[in-house]
This record gives sequence, structure tokens and C-alpha cells, in this order.
Amino acid sequence: MIGGFFLPDLRLILPEAILIVAVLYLLLEAVIRKQRPLAVIHKLHNHYGLLALIFSLTALIFLHAPGNKWVSFEGQIFLDDFVFVAKALILLGSAAVIAISMPDIVKDNIASYEYSALVLLATVGMLLMVGANDFLLLFIGLEIQGLSLYILAALYHHRLKASEAALKYFVLGALATAIYVYGVSLIYGYAGSTDFEAIFSVIRSESINGASIGLIIGLVFIVASMAFKTSAVPFHMWTPDVYQGCPTPITAFIAASPKVAAMLIFLRIMFEPFELLYGEWKTPLVLLSMLSMILGAFGALRQTDLKRLLAYSAISQMGYALMGIAAGNEEGIQAVVVYLALYLVMIIGTFGCLLCFRGKNYEGIQNIEDLVGVSQLHPKVSFLLSVFMFSLSGIPPLAGFFAKFYVFKAAISAGLFSLAIIGVLTSVVSAFYYLRIVKVMYFEPVPEDLPISYGQTVTWSAGLTVTLNICALITLLFFAYPSLLLDIAQRASFAIVR
Amino acid sequence: MTGLPLLSMTIFLPLLGALAIFVNRGNAAKGHNARWVALWTSLVTFGLTLILWWNFKSGTSDFQFEDKLQWMSLLNISYHVGIDGVSLPLMLLTTLLIPICILASWTSIQEKVPEYMIAFLVLETMLLGTFSALDFILFYIFFEGVLIPMFFIIGIWGGPRRIYAAFKFFLYTLLGSVLSLLAIIYVYFEVGGSDIPLALTTPFDPKVQIWLWLAFFASFAIKIPMWPFHTWLPDAHVEAPTAGSVVLAGVLLKMGGYGFIRFSLPMFPEACEYFTPFVFSLSVIAIIYTSFVALAQRDMKKLIAYSSVAHMGFVTLGIFAADPQGIQGSVMQMVSHGLISAALFLAVGVLYDRIHSREISDYGGVVHVIPKYAVVFMFFILASIGLPGTSAFVGEFLVLLGVYQVNTWATTFAIFGMVLSAAYALWLYRRVVFGKLEKPDLKIIKDLDWQENLAFAPLVIVVLFLGIYPMPLLEVSEGAITNIVDQYNLAVEPEDARKIKSKTNLQIAMKD
Repeated sequence: MIGGFFLPDLRLILPEAILIVAVLYLLLEAVIRKQRPLAVIHKLHNHYGLLALIFSLTALIFLHAPGNKWVSFEGQIFLDDFVFVAKALILLGSAAVIAISMPDIVKDNIASYEYSALVLLATVGMLLMVGANDFLLLFIGLEIQGLSLYILAALYHHRLKASEAALKYFVLGALATAIYVYGVSLIYGYAGSTDFEAIFSVIRSESINGASIGLIIGLVFIVASMAFKTSAVPFHMWTPDVYQGCPTPITAFIAASPKVAAMLIFLRIMFEPFELLYGEWKTPLVLLSMLSMILGAFGALRQTDLKRLLAYSAISQMGYALMGIAAGNEEGIQAVVVYLALYLVMIIGTFGCLLCFRGKNYEGIQNIEDLVGVSQLHPKVSFLLSVFMFSLSGIPPLAGFFAKFYVFKAAISAGLFSLAIIGVLTSVVSAFYYLRIVKVMYFEPVPEDLPISYGQTVTWSAGLTVTLNICALITLLFFAYPSLLLDIAQRASFAIVR
Repeated sequence: MTGLPLLSMTIFLPLLGALAIFVNRGNAAKGHNARWVALWTSLVTFGLTLILWWNFKSGTSDFQFEDKLQWMSLLNISYHVGIDGVSLPLMLLTTLLIPICILASWTSIQEKVPEYMIAFLVLETMLLGTFSALDFILFYIFFEGVLIPMFFIIGIWGGPRRIYAAFKFFLYTLLGSVLSLLAIIYVYFEVGGSDIPLALTTPFDPKVQIWLWLAFFASFAIKIPMWPFHTWLPDAHVEAPTAGSVVLAGVLLKMGGYGFIRFSLPMFPEACEYFTPFVFSLSVIAIIYTSFVALAQRDMKKLIAYSSVAHMGFVTLGIFAADPQGIQGSVMQMVSHGLISAALFLAVGVLYDRIHSREISDYGGVVHVIPKYAVVFMFFILASIGLPGTSAFVGEFLVLLGVYQVNTWATTFAIFGMVLSAAYALWLYRRVVFGKLEKPDLKIIKDLDWQENLAFAPLVIVVLFLGIYPMPLLEVSEGAITNIVDQYNLAVEPEDARKIKSKTNLQIAMKD
């Protein structure tokens, strides 16, 4: 162990520390500069937030030596290749969301200064979560993340729908947390520890007679709570309402990093402490994945609200990622890492496009109808959005195809044929609703009388432009050099499989 | 030979052209520029394919002009392209038809011209890639990538029910291809890589073959399309713009036939043998049933679309006869149908551009006003029937010859189908071209203009040339096909493999 006995090696949490300092600074500044107009403060905070995230990412990159495993805080926190990739994805996701949310947050005039601070705080929670080596620390990370997200969802409290969504999110989230804590308590009772490695060795020593029933019940509870966080069916109920109710930048945030973080820690829980119980958790995960893909595909077919549609889309996307976990092999881990990285790119791109479009009174667009014929008015954004739609539906040569391909490959190598078949069939079903968005934009003329929230104008900000273009380039050109991401994913999987 | 990656250049040149149009789309005379850029790009691509043909060594079954690059080295997936005698004719067909498509849309497409040209050039790259990919993942990417430009071509520039047609086309073909993706992944694990030449020589367990064959069949049977998976085709054809129909009938359908020859036969010979009666029945039903359906059509494009299904029935018959004549006939039939159906759709497009109707009953007696057109249309109607002296005759005759040795019943029924095809094609011609010129708006229409002349001329020449002297094409495909058939026979009847004299059979057939 590096560092003294009493003082843990603080360098390990440098990325988190940078963010925490930034959060404190942002909150203080908001109090001191109360007289300044809101828009200015939002703009400043936005830049500071972005800067903090970039610093944090830089710190992370400099701290991490590839191939190393670095443990600190009495073995509670550690950093290896997998955690490194997870943290980098989370930081990139949060930074991208802050960059694209800029015009919307400023123009929508939300009366709170806390937006950027809360995004950073949630990011700290996520970083702790994925770096945790102990169920209790994981719990703390989950809570920091969860509570920040609940407040974020409630930021637009003057809107009825937003309040409703926030309340729903909070109540169901609290329920999931309770389930999680109960599961952990069972595991502690039967394994005598909450440490991942201790649990692993207990399971190994017990594996001759089969794991004790208490451990398995605990595992089931943890799977359920993780399924809630990743919005896998049947724990998905909150997703459509929250997506629809929250303001778009916040929906974008909820859809991006927290999903990735939850999925990656889900993967680590399954593969590190409970690796030897694969026989037990395989079936539940196959079911979760299967149900998510089916419900995500069919649920979205009749939606008219764009964000609700994207919520179902997220459910089905998470179903595909879960397929990689259910495969339970090294290929599965790689597939999940690649999938989530590309998912992050595509979903941020999609939300970025939605944030570009503005209605008559400068409000954000709501319904699919608001996009009818916009390709005539705004060819560029429409083109980008259609790229992301084709990619999300998994049509080659776009990035989304590769994401799905690796997942299917993992599933077939694990012999999960029925899961893979359901996966490809539901991908055809879900192609329908992605194509519907392309259809309304390109195949239909601009309507005579425009709906109020019709995407008449388009806003660009520097952050939005840069982020959107990067996302689009990655989506379009991923096929040219996939090896980069594959190498990273492989190293991440080696860290877990060992 | 030169050190240039000639094949890769051919494949990606259209994409480069598309990029050039995309970058310059803001110009004032953008529509016109885009047309010329697209035309020249596609013509140069055609020229490159001709160079490929010139340097092509016939008589061997090896892949030529191979390019291999590291792509996903961790997964043993590489960028690997190369052509043999089955892919070259189809590549020639593709590169010949795309400039014709662009010429055919010269005046009829006035909206979003740069986007239209980009769609066609991207489509060309995808098609050429499909026919020359030697890596499964690469193949799948090209195979599926075709859907995106085609979706836009039908959906943006199509007829009144274009949205329905575009969705049906996209989802139907996607459904088939995703199943083949799973089969491809399975093959990948069996072979230990996604290299196609390696997979072609790997024997598969006959029990597994059945499933893999079915998965590939789902993809190719929808694409080609075989009865009863053909229902997307009439809708897509009717709603697509003229050039869209041309490329759809001319090239896209051939991807199915190419897939059967390239993958199903060499990789799953036992399964192919097992399913041959099934495929024969479907093909014969397709030939006869869709011919009857074509007889009942009132829409010219729909009629030709159904006739395509019937002609593709010959192709599948020939392929699954699994003897050299049959498969050679199929390749010939694919090329010839590509040319003839393309020309027929162009011919319908000529009328549509003038009158804006595809209903047969809106026409009659056009021979009196546009005689030049009537001659050209007549030529292709006769070619479509399979008149000796045209390429269709060579293709259909070889197919029938091949199938006759395997299954006389299928041949008999297929010949009935030929009679029916004469019936619907000639009847169509009589109703449109002959008779009294009564409709007032028909009396003022103009004959073919220069773009149309230019579009029809190469098709007439090639159809006639291949009909009179098919040897250049047969020679090109001979080596690869003999090899496929030998391999098939070796797998199916190992004990008397030595008795197979496919080569001599083929030579006898050619002398006929």
C-alpha cells in the first residue's frame, strides 16, 4: 500500500477533490455575487464547471499508469484500467453535457445557481461509485449521485411536470436505495464483510457446497437496485416520466454519465465479488436484458413525445449493454465498455441536436411533430440528428452498429443464442421509431400552421457546436479506426478478469 | 501489375465524389455542378472497373486484386477486398448502371440535387464494396449500408406513397440481414476470424449448417427477393424515382444472388442440398405466380417489378441446381436482368416524365408520336422475354440446361413461366405503344432527348453483344464457378467426387 498508515494516499482521489473544490467555489461565488444577473452567473459557472471537469480528467490521466492497480483508503478505493476507463467516460460525459446545456440553461432562466455545481457533485458521486471496492463506499457514491440528480430534476420547480418527475424520481430512487442497503446488509451478514475481495474469497471457499442462500438473496437485491439505476425492465418505470418531465439539458445529463456509471459498476459488482456465482446471476441478467430490449423497442413505437421516446430508446440500449454483462466473459466486458462509450457519444449528440432546436418563444421542442420538415429549414442539425438516429438503430457503417456487433459477438460466444436473436429482432423493431424521426424531418413538408414548440430557429453556442461536431465525427468515422477503443476496452477487461 | 490498390480505389472513388459534392454544396449553380461531378465520378469508376476487367486473369478461382489491411487486429477482423469471376460481372453491371441512373435523373430531379447525387454515389460505393468484400464484417457493413442511401432515395424523391414504401423496404430487408449477422458471428467463432476465403474452405457441421443456411437465406431471399418474401419489392419500385428503380432492380436484387453463390453454396453444401427442393419450389412458384400477378397489373412499374421477381426465380433455380451451367446461367441472367429491367424502368420513366402517370390505361398509340422510343422499348420488351440474340436468352437457356440435369419438373414449370412472361410483356407493349392515339396530352409529347439516348445506347449495345457473343462474361466467371461446384460436389458426394467432370460439361454447354 502506498502512503502512510494513518494518512491514506490522497493523490488517488485527486480528480474527485478537484471537483469538490470546484463545487464549493461555485456555491460560494453564487452567494457573493448575488446581485449579478442570472445569465452571467450561469455562463460563468458553465465555464468553471467545464474547466473543473477538464482538470479532473487531466489529473486522472496523469495519475493513472496503464496496467497498474492502485489501492488506497484501507483498500476501499482503487484505480485500475477498468476504473480508469469508467472515470474517464463519466468525466467526458459530464463535460459534454455541461457544454451542450449552455444556451438552454441561460435562456431558460432557471432561478437557481446550482446547476453546474450539482452536475459536478453528481459526477463526484459517480467517480466514487465506480472506484469503490466496498459496498458501503459504493453506497455513499450512489447517494451523492442520486441526491444531486433528484435536486437537478427538481430545479425547474415552477413547472408542474418537472416537479412531478422529480418527486417520482426521488421516491422510486429511494426505494431502490433501500433495496440496495438491505441487500448489502444480507451480504454482510453472510459473508462477514462488505469488501469486494473479502466477499469474493468467502464465495470461493464456500463454492464447494454452493453459496449460502442469504448471499444469493442479497445478490438478487443488489441486482434489482442496479437494474433500477440502469433503468432495466422491470425496474424502468421512472424512466419515461423523468425523461419527459425534466428540462432537456438535465434529461441529457441523466441519460448520459449516470447510466454509464451505473452500468459499469453493475458490471464490476457482477464480475468482481460475485464472479463465481455466474451460474446464479446469469438467468436474471438474461431476463433483464431480454425484457429491456423488448419493452424498449415496443414501448417507443407509439410515443409522440421526443424525450419519452428517447427514454424507451435508453431502456432498450441498456438492454443491449446488459447482454454483454449476461455473457459473463471477457468479450462481454469489452463489449459493454465499447457499447457505453459509443452510447455516450450518440446520446449526447442526440440531445445536443434537440437542444439546438428552438420554438417560437424560444422554448425547447417537445414532440416529434415539432420536427416535421425541419430539414428544409435547418439542414445541418437535421443531418446530424439523422446520423445519430441511424447510429442508435445500429445501421452500419455508423458507430452504433459496432457497439451492437460486439455485444452480439459476446452473447454468441457465451452461447446465449436466444438472447442474441431477440436482440437483433428488437433492433429491427426499434429501427422503426428511429427512422420515424428521420422521416418526419426529411420526407414531410413544413406544415402550414406550425405548432407552438415547432423547431423554427436553431441556437448554436461554441460548446454545443464543438461537442456536436465531435460526436458526429466519432459516430460517422468510428469504422475507420475502431482499434483505439477496442484496445482500451481490452485493457479494461484484463483488469477485471486477471 | 501496378502497385496501386486498384480495387480499393474503384470502391471508394464514388465516396470521394460524394464528399466533393458535399463540400461544395453551397455554390450557386450547385445543382448543375453536382450533376456533372456525379456523372464524371461514376464514369471514371466505370473506367476503373474496365481496367480491372482488362487485367483480370480468367480461368482461375483465386481472388484477384486483393487488398488487405489491419482493421480490428484484436478481433482478427481486417479490411480485405478482392474479386473473382462472380463479383467482377456484378461490379461491371453496377458501375455501368450508376452513370445511366445519373443521366436518367438529369432533368427529372430538380429538388435537392446535390443530396440526390451524394446518395447515389454513396450507394455505388456500398454496392461495389458488397461485391468485393472478403471479410464478413466488411461485407455486412457494405450490405447493410446500402439501406441508408436507398431509404433516402425512395423517401425523399419518391412517389405519393413513398414513406410507406421506404419504411417497408428498410425494415423488411433489415429484418433479413440482422439474422445473417448472427450467422456471421457464429461463423466467425467457428473459423476463428472473419476472413471470407478462410471461411469458404472451412467445413461446418451439417446440423449447424441448416441453421446457418436459414439465417443467410433470410437475408438473401428477402433481398433477391424470392416468393413469398417479395412484397416489399413492388411498393419500393413503384414509389422510387426512376433512377431508384433502375438501381434497385438492376443491382440491389443481385446482392441476394451474389450472396447465395458466394456464401450459401460453398460454405453450407449439405444444407444447400437439403434445401434444394424447397428453393426449387419457391422459385417455380415465383416464376409462375408472379407472372400471373404481372398480367393483372395496371401500373407499368408494378408490372415490371413483378416480372423482376419472376426473373429472379430463374436465378435461384440456376444457383441451386449447383452445376456449372446453372450457376453460369444465373450470373448471366443477373447481369442481363440488371441491364434489361433497368432499361425497362428507364423506358417507363421516359413516359412518366412526360405524362406523369404510370397507369397503362393512360397510354396507347404512342408509336405515332415517339417512334424512336417505341423501337427502344420494343427491343427491351423482347429482350425481357428472352428472345434469342439478347443476353436474357443466354442466361435463361443456361439456367434451364443446368436445372434440367437435376430436376426436369422444375424446368418444365419454368418454361411455362417463360411463356407467361411473353404474354404480360407483349400485352403491356401493345396497350402502351400500339393502338389508336386518342389521349390529347399524348399527342404533343417529345421523343427521346440526348440524355435519354445516351442512357439507352449502352444498354442496347451490351444486351445485344452479350446475346450474340456471351463468351467474355462466361470466361470471366468460369473459373470461380467451376471451383464452387467442384467444392460443392466434393462435400455432397465425397465417394464419387473424382467422377465429376464439371469442366467438360461446361465446355459442351458453351459450344451449344
